[in-house]
Amino acid sequence: MTAPFSWIRPEPWGIHIVPADIWVDPSRAVPRALVTHGHADHARGGHGTTIATPATLAIMELRYNTREGAVAAAYGESVALGGGVSATFIPAGHVLGSSQILLEHAGERVIITGDYKRAPDPTCAPFAVTPCDIFITEATFGLPVFTHPPIGEEIGKLLTARDENPDACILVGAYALGKAQRVIAELRAAGHSDTIWLHGAMEAMCRLYEEHGVALGDLRLVSDAPSKDAMRGAIVIAPPSALNDRWSRRLPDPVTAMASGWMRVRARARQRGVELPLIISDHADWNELTQTIARVNPQETWITHGREEALLRWCELSQRRARALALVGYEDEDD
Amino acid sequence: MEEFAALLDALVYTTSRNRKLALIAAYLRSQPDPDRGWALAALTDGLDFPAVKSSTIRNLMMERVDPLLWALSRDFVGDTAETASLLWPEPADAAPQGDLSVAEVVERLSALTRTTAPKELPGLLDRMDANGRYALIKLATGGMRVGVSARLAKTAFAQAFDVAVEEVEEYWHALAPPYAELFAWAANGAPPPDLAGVPRFRPFMLAHPLEDGEVDLKDYAAEWKWDGIRVQLVRAGGETRVYSRSGDDISASFPELLTVLPMDAVLDGELLVRGTAQGGEAGGAASFNALQQRLGRKTVSGKMLKEAPAFVRLYDVLLLDGTDWRDHPWKSRRATLEALMPRLPASHFDLSALVEAEDFAALAAIRDTARDEAIEGLMLKHRDSPYVAGRKVALWYKWKRDPLLIDCVVMYAQRGSGKRSSFHSDFTFGCWDGDPDSGAELLPVGKAYTGFTDAELKQLDKFVRQNTLNRFGPVREVKRELVFEVAFDSVHTSKRHKSGLAMRFPRIHRIRWDKPAHEADRIEALRALIKD
Repeated sequence: MTAPFSWIRPEPWGIHIVPADIWVDPSRAVPRALVTHGHADHARGGHGTTIATPATLAIMELRYNTREGAVAAAYGESVALGGGVSATFIPAGHVLGSSQILLEHAGERVIITGDYKRAPDPTCAPFAVTPCDIFITEATFGLPVFTHPPIGEEIGKLLTARDENPDACILVGAYALGKAQRVIAELRAAGHSDTIWLHGAMEAMCRLYEEHGVALGDLRLVSDAPSKDAMRGAIVIAPPSALNDRWSRRLPDPVTAMASGWMRVRARARQRGVELPLIISDHADWNELTQTIARVNPQETWITHGREEALLRWCELSQRRARALALVGYEDEDD
Repeated sequence: MEEFAALLDALVYTTSRNRKLALIAAYLRSQPDPDRGWALAALTDGLDFPAVKSSTIRNLMMERVDPLLWALSRDFVGDTAETASLLWPEPADAAPQGDLSVAEVVERLSALTRTTAPKELPGLLDRMDANGRYALIKLATGGMRVGVSARLAKTAFAQAFDVAVEEVEEYWHALAPPYAELFAWAANGAPPPDLAGVPRFRPFMLAHPLEDGEVDLKDYAAEWKWDGIRVQLVRAGGETRVYSRSGDDISASFPELLTVLPMDAVLDGELLVRGTAQGGEAGGAASFNALQQRLGRKTVSGKMLKEAPAFVRLYDVLLLDGTDWRDHPWKSRRATLEALMPRLPASHFDLSALVEAEDFAALAAIRDTARDEAIEGLMLKHRDSPYVAGRKVALWYKWKRDPLLIDCVVMYAQRGSGKRSSFHSDFTFGCWDGDPDSGAELLPVGKAYTGFTDAELKQLDKFVRQNTLNRFGPVREVKRELVFEVAFDSVHTSKRHKSGLAMRFPRIHRIRWDKPAHEADRIEALRALIKD
């Protein structure tokens, strides 16, 4: 008789499902992979076969040119992986196409969350709580200091800053996949219908979101602006790496903002020279992490990446079995 | 408190000096008395609530949050006040009680004792949101760290009410928070505060470093730059006070100087303790090490007064017998000072001698001998310079001797605070206690956290993360692989360190990515440089 859950093995470069010889979010190229979502620390090119949601596959094709070996799995559809293992993709609420993956083998149920959040997001399907025996969770913001305020408050701050600086522009640093589109969609929901200016690196992903039914309104490229003056009083969105880059010199006196969960901590904002911190994250905050574990109520919780020590401690205090997995290469400095 | 909390928050995220000035000035103009005065005192660390320490806050948190979760959070955030403001459990049934004024908060904090503080603080914290709690804890424990120096605050005050900053500075140090007379004068047109008979601080004149240039000794006089602390001795209305360079009143640490000035005067000099390390028998001053024992004390024992008696080596005279000498040229002030010396007790005063030299090259040769005497270097003062506040180009120069250099191996790295809270930026380094190829060990000799660029800081942080051997809280022990060329001003014997020595002003001069660790210096090389 084999030991319970011996069929699933965390290795430093990903989670291995032994009987099917397939990996989840591996950080190196493998013959067969399941991918939770399109961010670079989870998705990469070079696998023989990649099984993911259609939106994740579209994102991977755009970013890593991975057309070959792509196998689409819709939300809720069960895929037989071989070796008596099946996989089901369940919405994770992180970015477009993001999934938790439910793995079932010999009556045992394991969920790998990938990255997730519980707060509402107009650009992707919401996280679905699903019962399981082992819950393998992320912990990017796994410290009790991290509580993300309702996004409406943060969008309000952004619009106030824009109103107060009619001669400048507000330059918002936001992850090109997910965060940027969410910020734009929330601005539209708050009634902001002006042109939003984009860094070139944002364009293709915004178009992909629109093709997947996420309306983003009037978007234009900064490189197409007729003059600096055209962008005065406007909101400009760029990847975080461009904030203090020479690229931003073409903008009219930008006020530097950043949309990230790390903005909760003053020192983090100061390090990046951020003048307007916006606490907007696509990851679960401390309360979402702990409440999700409590709701899912698994026999055991495994913690993949982030501030795992604190979440382990919480599990211990609430008398839940838990362990930290030492996976490499998952860290999200810009979220 | 809401406006004050908003001001603090805005200052945190503003790097531009002009923006900071505008923010503070707008706050000072818009807020009522005495709130704005208390806020100004808080920004410049002019408030002290002895009943509330950082440990008071930590203890409050320990009763409410798991100690390990607290420690992990504090370690990540890098600031106790901020961590507590984020982790404070907000009461579920928070009935709005209205905003407290800064003055009300100050009043309540002042009334606290060690016993009542843990009982009263929670009620205050419960009334605020995270930003308010941050402001409250910073106000109570001091150390705002929002990049506002006393000088910047004074400039903002002057800007807010369109008055001269030099005037603000003179009145400021003679008044106590909330500076009612200062606001009455600047904001409400009252006559200036009447400070006759108050021994008040006058802004110091400072020097620029002399980089590569030369000066003509016909125009400039040279003096030793003594290695003590620059002080201003002020007597007025029969009372004498000692001020440090920043305008802090340090009289309590040096009681022997408070009864020896026989006339009303304002004098500028170097505070030193008796010894022979600086200037030999004739110089009569101990090393900075000896002076350090006397700093920061609220009371001084008789033993200490006897073993390390302080005196002032005079550089300049600002006021004497009712005459303000500051507009007069340096040479007149010097003559006045020399004429004054016989009226001062030699037990507590001497005159900083002029260093005579044929020409600049000869002076350079004299300066190079200064290391033997544990002196920092030379001061060059224009003979016609008036005594003006701050650093004015071409009037005074400091001409420090070149630093000493030694190659050390990085042993430990610690995460910084504040802006550097996620970077390993504080390094402990050591020298070999013998031949490293025959199994010698490294002995720690110093610690430094300056001397590298932001780009180098990132590289160093990466090195630390990739070469960690052990972790002790925020400290990491690293592989003995990286060599720093460390610059320092002098080295002294020390009982506090295992290596038996302590460097003064160590800073990282160069990062020697190329140099193998076993080629770093041995401890004997450092010992040979001790001049105690």
